[in-house]
Order: sequence, then structure tokens, then C-alpha cells
Amino acid sequence: MKAALGLAMRMLGREWRSGELGVLLLALTVAVAALTGVGFLVNRVSLAVEQQATAVLAADLRLESVRAIDDAYLTEARKRGLRATRSSSVVSVVFLGEASQLSNVRAVGTEYPLRGEVGVSSEPFGVPTPMVAAPGPGEAWPESKLMATLGAKVGDRIAIGATDLRITRVLITRPDQGGNFSDFAPSVIISDADLATTRLLQPGSRASFAMLFAGDPAVVASFRTWLDSRKQRGERLLDINESSPQIKNAIDRAGRFLSLASLVAVLLCAIAVAMAARRYVQRHLDSVALMKTLGASRNFTLGVSLSQLLVIAVAAAVLGSAIGFLAQEWLLRALKGLLQADLPAPNWVPVGLGFITALALLAGFALPPLLQLSRVPAIRVLRRDVGPPPPLLWLAFGPAVAAVVFLIYWVVQDLRIFAGFVAGLAAFLVVLTLGGLLLVRLSGSLRGTVGVSWRYGIANLSRRRAESVVQIVAFGLGLMVLLLLAIVRNDLLADWRRSLPVDMPNYFFINIPPTERVAFQQFIEGEGATTSRALPMVRARLVGINGERLEDMKNLSARGEGFARRDQNITWQADLGDENRLVEGTWWTASDNGKPLVSIASEVQESLGLKLGDTMTFDVAGESYEARVASVRKVKWDSFKPNFFLVFPPGLLDDTAGTWMTSAYFNKQESRSIAALVRRFPSVSVFDLDDLLAQVRSVIDKAVLAVQSVFVFTLFAGLTVLLAAVQGSRDERRYESAMLRTLGASRRTVLKGVLAEFTTLGLLSGLLAAIGASVAGYLLARFVLEVSYGPDPWVWAIGLFGGAALVAFSGWLATRSVVNTPPVTTLRGG
Amino acid sequence: MCAGTDASAAHANTRALRLTKERVSLKTSIESIAGGDIVLKAENLTKQVSSPEGALTIVDNVSMDIRAGESVAIVGASGAGKSTLLALLAGLDTPTSGRVLLAGSDLTTLDEDGRARLRAERVGFVFQSFHLVPSLTALENVMLPLELAGRRDARSGAREALDRVGLKDRTGHYPRQLSGGEQQRVGMARAFVTQPAVLFADEPTGNLDTTTGARVTDLLFGLNLNSHTTVVLVTHDRTLASRCNRVLTMDSGRLVEA
Repeated sequence: MKAALGLAMRMLGREWRSGELGVLLLALTVAVAALTGVGFLVNRVSLAVEQQATAVLAADLRLESVRAIDDAYLTEARKRGLRATRSSSVVSVVFLGEASQLSNVRAVGTEYPLRGEVGVSSEPFGVPTPMVAAPGPGEAWPESKLMATLGAKVGDRIAIGATDLRITRVLITRPDQGGNFSDFAPSVIISDADLATTRLLQPGSRASFAMLFAGDPAVVASFRTWLDSRKQRGERLLDINESSPQIKNAIDRAGRFLSLASLVAVLLCAIAVAMAARRYVQRHLDSVALMKTLGASRNFTLGVSLSQLLVIAVAAAVLGSAIGFLAQEWLLRALKGLLQADLPAPNWVPVGLGFITALALLAGFALPPLLQLSRVPAIRVLRRDVGPPPPLLWLAFGPAVAAVVFLIYWVVQDLRIFAGFVAGLAAFLVVLTLGGLLLVRLSGSLRGTVGVSWRYGIANLSRRRAESVVQIVAFGLGLMVLLLLAIVRNDLLADWRRSLPVDMPNYFFINIPPTERVAFQQFIEGEGATTSRALPMVRARLVGINGERLEDMKNLSARGEGFARRDQNITWQADLGDENRLVEGTWWTASDNGKPLVSIASEVQESLGLKLGDTMTFDVAGESYEARVASVRKVKWDSFKPNFFLVFPPGLLDDTAGTWMTSAYFNKQESRSIAALVRRFPSVSVFDLDDLLAQVRSVIDKAVLAVQSVFVFTLFAGLTVLLAAVQGSRDERRYESAMLRTLGASRRTVLKGVLAEFTTLGLLSGLLAAIGASVAGYLLARFVLEVSYGPDPWVWAIGLFGGAALVAFSGWLATRSVVNTPPVTTLRGG
Repeated sequence: MCAGTDASAAHANTRALRLTKERVSLKTSIESIAGGDIVLKAENLTKQVSSPEGALTIVDNVSMDIRAGESVAIVGASGAGKSTLLALLAGLDTPTSGRVLLAGSDLTTLDEDGRARLRAERVGFVFQSFHLVPSLTALENVMLPLELAGRRDARSGAREALDRVGLKDRTGHYPRQLSGGEQQRVGMARAFVTQPAVLFADEPTGNLDTTTGARVTDLLFGLNLNSHTTVVLVTHDRTLASRCNRVLTMDSGRLVEA
């Protein structure tokens, strides 16, 4: 084996100088570059998305409780090298002179926030300056609404509990303000060090406590496990997956789409490698037969080929990774204006991915032909028609199938997507193969009706039947994935755009007294705001399920327990609402008014393990209500319209002392009208969604950026594969071109023949790709990504004409030098 | 082809002429060898292949003995089975029945790798279409069998062999940069570089014009005499055949004249 390795290395240099291995190296390098380029980008965007999402918690991990939390957790976290801090909240009235306002007083540690930034300003509703900071001892940072209600300005001293604190900044945003509407009282943040002197924490006070942790993901994960096993009843752990549903949806969608896009790159790599390996084998049949004639054993010749390919794989992996890294750096620089902040540096995972992928593809797609190559008999030196014996079926396709299965599953890690993708791919390959065979069959009948160039081109398709079908399948698959990306990308973006319309509500108004409801609505409409429907809202607490008291129930999940322990906002309404979809049961009619029924959101059903017909007992303002679960709703929370986990029919709770809520879109330039509104309706709580929306938009923007970049990389990879495919038939074409030109055909005629052949190939590939992409796009959009699908005639136009043009151009590019070679050079064997 | 071609061909011709002059005396010595050890022996060799019309016999019950240092030509019409017989004798193909003994080893008892080992040690080849590796230079092509045999002196040995065929100035040229005659001379340098016991040649002048073919023939027999190699060649060329010690004629797979 050592001799084979030595000879392989010596021959590698020689063969490289003669340009033999260039195509293979190019194909692998471009493939790895595309894959690692995507990998680096996805990696960086994912890290950014994760950081952005953890910013919503202001930490990587957050522990919440209505009781004080043991300091031991802080100590343990710090001992493990994590950053940790506390955040306590207590509801209290804040005074400035005679003015007062019920507020959420939040005391935070000096390290707050651990993730994300607070936005502060020097005036209420001002433009926020982002910073990572918390108020120092003696300082208070009230929110705009609190400032407006109190008529306060920076520098004033406000009374909080037993102490006076000076306003040094106005709090505009904080990362963990989230979408929890129980926070409707305006907040003021103060230093944790001042909490004791306020003496606000007394038995019976409405307080909640949180501990924030952040650090290395592995340490956070192990700490989470530790904490899970020790946390007390009522303590609730939150991480990125349990934070606001909008962020989670965005990450899920982006992750799924990017996985699919990576898969496309992987498959294009496989096609490129298979074609390059096939060419390598064809070019080495004679050399291997000769080596065997001169005394080389089968293992020796296999060792030589394998060593060469391995060296090429390593070179391609290194080169490709470097190019991939540079390409994504360049792309990010080119698109810098689109980014709100610099993306974090990537880790080295994509390089490993590049190496493993290169090896897996070689093992799956290059090893079988190489094994075949080593079986070429020595007698080929005397009889050139003798090739290697036909391969065993499992050996020819087994490794390729295994490599594809391994890579696809490794990338998607989801059995359902995996199965759908593999089934779609297999069906598409069958359709393409049948289509290819049909074309080859039909081409025979066309030969008599076209000119000499087309006859030559079509005859080529017909004569190289197997090769033609392989090329149609390769082109078709390449085109299909590109079209599929375009379809899915458009649908995904359109769906996101639909879910985030420009005039979507940016303010929620809660606690509107029934007596002021009409006046309030007239006021905001008078200010030119667009409003959504107004809904009644009552605070309620779940006390029992199916007659069993909640506190006696042992089997509640952590999430269910968290839900059960908190006060819930409930409503009643006659209509289901646009953003709600029934998944179980039926919606009530007018005849159900006043009946003890409840419609629950699917999240409630999952948290509490409820089913239709179960009864839930609620405490509403001291009165007990029992209601039967009549329906389960899937709520589109990212619509940012008022929606509720628990909805009752009209007529049941109408007499309870509820308030009303609505949402509206205010032009940000008119923030003064919000200040006027706060003064006119002091009891109404204003909830500013703009910052939360900005966070969601930022996450989505990053995902879209990644999607587009992946698309560009995949397009490039697809083009390279097309070129590699054309390269596969170069040798034959060189000979044919020489023969035709010797027989008197002009260079132009031969070139037209080549163009005719590739145009026909491209047209059929494009047609099949458009059909395949449309069907697969529909299935993906409908069942995997869960977005709406819109048929697009451009897919057909681009598939057919783009395919023909792309394949014809690639064919011309790759065969140009073949046609240009003087016939005498080729016929001499040069 | 190139400016240096004529000079190197002239050099080779001078050597070939000198070698030709020595031919008579050397032929005498070969005849004395003819009484020596048998280096290649075929016993009832038969090769059948399947065809749409049923089994087709390409080589039919051929037996022969070839002695060390002997030169033997196998002639016959196209399709008579000459190349197949050559392939069987060299262990490139396996017979349907019968056996071949090459340098004392029964080829039919060896597997593919075993036969390859034997070829590496004892056999050289010259082909009609030269079979040079296009990606390797002339020198590297000649080095190949030495490298396969694990020889450390591959480079110097190959240089010496190329010098012997008059191509010491063409060592860095790729096959496509050489004329047909030069390519065949590289092929002969490669065949003789390992000093094989038996050299098989398949139409060695088949792709060359008469003059070049004659020069190559001179070179072949000159090298054959110098290195005392047994030569078995297949040819249509009666002139080439006539220079061998023995001529065997094949017709429809059978040896009709021995």
C-alpha cells in the first residue's frame, strides 16, 4: 500500500500538470465552497437569531417565581462560570408630589441585562439609545407612560415605597418586556441595592421574582438540567424555546427552510461528484489496464486511485472551506446595510461539515465507480471494447443511497421532512427518467424533419441514450431545486409579509373602563389611528379541572403549572375572529349565549392536557364559574391583534366588573398624541408594541437575508454542476467534432449541432423541473412550512426558457474548446 | 515532428544499423539457444466465448513450446485468434481449457493478482497503439514498470533505457508531443527496461509507416539480442515475421504450421 501511495502521489503531480484531475477538484471544491459558505452563513445567522431571541429573555435561561428564589441557584451558576443576576418586580404606587400612578417596580442587578440591551432616552417617548446598563443605587428609570402620568422630567425625585430616587433616564425599551399583557402597569426600573430600603417586599405584596443566567451554551444546558432537578414548586424555567411565540415561529421557519436549502447544496454536490468520478473512471480505464498488464495488482490500482481522490478531497475541503468563508464574508459586507448589527463570528462547525460531506460524497458516489475501475481486466490493452464487468446492483447504488440518506437525515434531523423529501426526490427521479427516455424515443422521429445541425444534435441524444437520460435527470434536478427554492422563498416571504402588515397595530390599550369605551375609541380615531375590534377583558384564575381542585393535582406539567398559577385575562365574544382557526369542537351560535362553555387555545390544551367536554372552574372576582371545553383554537399570535387563551360565549360573564381592550396603529411621528391620550384617559394602560415588533422584524430580516444568500450559493452550485455534467461528455464530443469537421462540416455547423442538443436537453429538463418544483413547492408550503401556496406562471417560463438557455449556454461554454480544437490534433490522439 | 526528432532518429538508426550488422553472428547464437530451456509452454489451449449464435471457439486446442532467447512470430488473417492467443500466453486472459506455463509458473493456477506479479517480474509488452499514459512524460512512462516492481533506481534505469532507444533528449516530452515512431520507441524502452524473460508484441509496427516500422523492427531485434529476451509477436507484417526464428500461422483458432 505504501508503494501505491507513493506512486499515487508522484502520478498526482504529473496528472495535475496535464490537467486531468482539474475537473474533479473543481467540482468538489465548488461543492464544498457552496456547502461551507451556506454553513458559515447559516451558522452566523443562527447565532445572531439565537442571541436576538435570548435578548427577549434578557438571558439564556430565566427562572421565575411568585416567591423569593433561593440564592443558592445564583451561587451555583456563578461557580459554573455563568453570569447570573436577579430581577424582582413588585406592584406599588409611585408618587411625584401629589401625582401618583400604580406601577411595576422592577429591581435589577448591576449585570442586567445579560442578553440584549435597554433603550433609554432623556425625554418620554423619545428616540431610544441602546445600552447594556442598569440604574445605579439611588437612580430610577421610569417608562414614558409613567413619566407622562406623573408629569415628571429627568432630574425629578420620585417616591417609591419608603425611599426617594432620582430620575436619571427615561426607559423606552427593555429586552424582557415581552408580550405578557399582565405587565400592563407602567414600569420603573431601579437598582437591586435599593429594593430593601423601599420596604415594598412585605407579606401579601404582589411581587414576582426572577433569576437570569447566561453563558456558554453547554454550561447553560448542564446548569438547566441541574436546576430542573432542584427547582421548587411554582418556580418556572424559561429558555429561548419558551419565550415569545413570534420569535420561536421565525426561528422554526428559518431553520426548516435553511435546512432544505442546505440539502439542495448537498444533492448538487453529489451530482457533481458522481459526474466527475464517472469522467475520472472513463479517463483511467486504459491506464489501469496498462498498470495491470505491467504487473500491478487490483488492490494496488485501487490504492492509487483512492489515494489520489483522498488527496483531492482534502484539498477540495480546505480550498472549498476557505472560498466558502471568503464568499460569505464578501456577501455579508455587500449586504451590510441590511443588517442591524454585526453578525457574531462563526464557529468551526461548518469546516467539519465540509470535510465530512466531502468524504461522505466521495464514499457514496466516487467509491463504487473506483471499485469498478479497479476491476477493468488487463486484456483491455489488446481489446479496447473490454470494460470492467457490470457492477453488482447493491455496490453501484448502495453507497450512494446510504450517503444521501445519511446526509439528508443529518441535515434535517426530522423524520417527517426526511420522508417527504426522499419520497419527493425518488418520485421526481422516476418522472425525470421516464421523461428522458420519452425524449430520446421521440428524437428519432424528429430527425427526418429538421436541418443538419438539429439532426446532428438530436441524433447525439438518441445515440447516447443512457448518458442523455442521466444528463436530463441531472439538469432537471438542478433546475428543479432552484425553481423550488424560488417558489418556497416567495411563499415564505409573502406569508411573513402578510403576517406583518405595514399598518399592523403598534399599541395595545388595556383597562379601558366600560363607561369610557366609546369616548376612548372616538379619541383615537380622531387622532387618525387605525383600530382593531374592542374586546372585554376580565382577570380570572383557574382553580379546578373536572371537579378536582388545582392545588390537589399532581400531574401538571411545568408549563401547565405556570399557566394555572397565574391570573389569566379572559374575554367573551360571539365571533371566532380572523386570527383563530378551530382545530376541535364547534364554535358557539347565538343559542349558546349565556351557556357555561369555554373555548381554549391549543397551547392551553397542551399545557393542561385537556380534551373536549372537560370542565374548568374559574374564580372571577371572587365568584366561581364552571365551564365545559367546547372548542380548541389555533391562534395566529403573530397577527398582533387582541387574542385570548380563554374565550367564553357572550351573556355568561357580562355582569362581571371587566374592562375593555383594543389595539391601534399610530404613526410613530405622532407620539405626542399618545402622551395626550395618557393624560385624557389616565386609567387606560398603554402597551407599546413597536419595540417588540422591531425585534421580530429584525429576526425575520436576518432569516430572509440567510434565505437569499443560500439561494445565491445554491444557484452558483447548480451552475457548476451543469458545467461538470457537460464536461462528462467532452472526450466523445472532441472526437465527433473532429470527425464531422474532417468530413467537411463547418465549425459553425458543429457548434449549432451542439447548441441544438443542449437546447433540447434544457427544454425537457426545464419542463419536468417546472412540474416537479410546482408539485413539491405546493407540498412543502402546505405541509412542512405551513404557509400558503400561490401558483406562479413565471416558474414555467423560467423553467422552460431559462433551462434551455442555461443548459445551452453551459454546453456551449464547456464544448467551445472542443469544437475549436483542430481536427488533426484530435485524430492524432492529442 | 520537432527539430530534435531527425537527429535522435539518426542516432537510433546508427545504433540499429550497427545492431543489424551483428545480426548474423547473433542469430547463430540464438540458434544455439534454441536448444535451451523452454520459457513458455502452451498445452491444449482453448478459448471459447459466448455469442448470440452459441459458444464461439477463438483459440482451438493450441499447444506450443517456446525456448529462452527465441523469437517467434504468430501470423494469420484478421480474426484468426492471434491476439487472443497472445493474451492467453501473457496471462492477460484465462483459457477455457488447457494451460500455460510461463517461466516455470502455471498461469492457470494463479489468480489475477498472481499473474500480474509474474508479469511484473518476467514479462514485457509492446503494443500496436503504443499505450503510453498520456498524462506521463516519456521518462515517467518508462519508469512505470520499475515503480510497479518497487525498484528504487526507476529514474536512472528509465533514462538508460530511453538512451538505448535514442530518446535521451525527449525524456520530458508527453506522448502527444512525440511522433508515432518515437512513441513506439518509448514503448520499447518501457518493455525492455525491466529486462523481462519474455517480450510480447502485438502488431508493433501496425501503426507505423514502412520506413519507421523498419527502424522500429531493427531496434526491437537489436534490443532482443542484447538482452537475450524471448520475443513473441503477433503481426500481419511478413517482413517482420521473417526476421523471427520461427513463424507460427493461425487459422480459425488453430495453429496450422509450426
